[in-house]
Amino acid sequence: MSDTALDPFADNPKKRTSLVQGGLNFGQVTDKVCNVIEGKFGKVWWMCLGVTLSMLGLLGISIGYLIWEGVGIWGVNNPVGWGWAIVNFVFWVGIGHAGTLISAILFLLRQNWRTGVNRFAEAMTLMAVACAGIFPGIHIGRVWAAYWMFPLPNQMGLWPNFRSPLLWDMFAVSTYATVSLLFWYVGLIPDLATARDRAKTKMSKIVYGIFALGWRGANRHWQSYERAYATLAALATPLVLSVHTIVSFDFAVANLPGWHTTIFPPYFVAGAVFSGFAMVISLLVPIRKIFGLEDLITMRHLENMNKIILATGTMVGYAYAMEFFIAWYSGVELETFAFVNRAFGSPFGWAYWIMVTCNVITPQLFWFKKIRTSITMMFILSIFVNIGMWFERFVITMTLHRDFMPSSWGDYKPTFWDVSTFIGSWGLFLTLLLLFIRFVPMIAIAEVKIVMPESDPHHGEEH
Amino acid sequence: MAHGKVKKVVEEKPFGIVGQYSTPKDVYHAAEKFRDAGFKKFEVYTPFPIHGMDDAMGIKPTKLPWIILLCGITGLTFGICLTTWGSSETWLGGIEGGYKMIISGKPDGFDGIYEFIPIIFETTILLSAFGAVFGMIALNGLPKLYHPLFKHDPFAKATDDGFFIAVECADPLYDEKKVKEIFEKSGGDNVTEVMD
Repeated sequence: MSDTALDPFADNPKKRTSLVQGGLNFGQVTDKVCNVIEGKFGKVWWMCLGVTLSMLGLLGISIGYLIWEGVGIWGVNNPVGWGWAIVNFVFWVGIGHAGTLISAILFLLRQNWRTGVNRFAEAMTLMAVACAGIFPGIHIGRVWAAYWMFPLPNQMGLWPNFRSPLLWDMFAVSTYATVSLLFWYVGLIPDLATARDRAKTKMSKIVYGIFALGWRGANRHWQSYERAYATLAALATPLVLSVHTIVSFDFAVANLPGWHTTIFPPYFVAGAVFSGFAMVISLLVPIRKIFGLEDLITMRHLENMNKIILATGTMVGYAYAMEFFIAWYSGVELETFAFVNRAFGSPFGWAYWIMVTCNVITPQLFWFKKIRTSITMMFILSIFVNIGMWFERFVITMTLHRDFMPSSWGDYKPTFWDVSTFIGSWGLFLTLLLLFIRFVPMIAIAEVKIVMPESDPHHGEEH
Repeated sequence: MAHGKVKKVVEEKPFGIVGQYSTPKDVYHAAEKFRDAGFKKFEVYTPFPIHGMDDAMGIKPTKLPWIILLCGITGLTFGICLTTWGSSETWLGGIEGGYKMIISGKPDGFDGIYEFIPIIFETTILLSAFGAVFGMIALNGLPKLYHPLFKHDPFAKATDDGFFIAVECADPLYDEKKVKEIFEKSGGDNVTEVMD
């Protein structure tokens, strides 16, 4: 095929190699993706599942003990009333953002390369949001009163405080989780039908059949389907931006030096996309290798994602600098102190410098094409970004330990249960990931076919 | 259909005639031929949406956007009512409100609408998304786990790399000979009559 004759990274789109490499035709694309879920998953998969289920068990134990004993088992105290729970919450919500960015924003921007990675990234969104959703629920102390956050009629005649950023958060994250799930499912319907039509056992035919809703690819169906998909993309775009904006309001609406800044919403959104793409890279690099999907998730896909990491990472770096500048320029003593203390005075200064190293310096290496297109390098750097972005939220939260009055200053130390809950949330994430890889087509088969040149009914005709 | 035991329980009536094509291009031009011949009740089945097929088939645009708009307006109204009513003592001048919470002297009811924008926004998006997804499923008549074409063995390719056209008997212009002739002329393969 003519794949190799062209330059995969040419700036002129006409000269670029196609998004599907290896000269695959429609049927071979279906085979490549479906072979993964139809193939045998040997001991390794079960062993991995065993490990992640153990971690998930740890989460169960940690939450159980938390409900039994109360939030006192965590390291939170006065003045550091927010600890790892909020750090983990923001970390996981942020990771989810890459999925929606790929599926919605890149769709509206007609970035055809998204089709190779959108299914996986959206699934990652759902898993990450599931992890994130745990923390607000359990951190409130009296878990059995969690339903008070919902606007439900009750015998107390009480309604939630609709002016609270925490309640906005509840609406934003639950809407986000629901819309992401719907978006992902709509994208899945045609592929579930493919899995149904290829199913070899009665059981899988029935299960895929039910979830495929009887999809048969009728053009009248595609017509409404495409409209629904495009509308969902248009709805998810402002939604995803609103979610991390509102998450940042949890901090920015508080009258606290170091938090009360207008740069927070854009800075949080950029950081979220940054961390999310890093997570996509960390997961896809090994997975495409293991399942032999290099023809569908090509170097061009990976390089494009690295470019987004570079762009958003630079925005994050700019935000760090601007925060510092404004703190000084504002002339507010407390604001200046908060930032100088963060970097130089605080016992958590090391966390600040981990954050800066991982989030500001690491992505800049992606300016070099050699690094951007090196599998090993992008994998290592993406891990660094993940670490850095966790620390970013930790640093922001730890602003609390130096309050206005030196007399009320305090310290913070995470306990065993803080750590175990966080590890446990990874257990949930990875368990869902393993199940996803095993049972769901991890590449959007129908969408990949659309971007193949042969799918154009006028392919090969003179215009 | 060809396999299995032949057991005549009820009299089968035909659903229509189906033919298979191997490329998007062929099925596209075939659809144009059926359209030009005046057929209305025919459908194209493809593994992915084909650009311009709506015109090739001569079908009208979907009504889905109107459903979504209606749902979105409902979500907007719901969000406004929930937050303004839920935070005021008396609502719209006379109705007993939800629960007025006085916090830092912040305004409530309609005066506090700015603080409610995040919530109103989210309810609008949520209901619009419901409209898009469930509206699409309803307009398409799904879930429908049985369809006559599922009995046609080659049709399994419709979700892989096969492109099909089926003309229903219900079409007023339906004439077996004529339909088969168009299939033949346009390069249709596996042309078969499918029972309902």
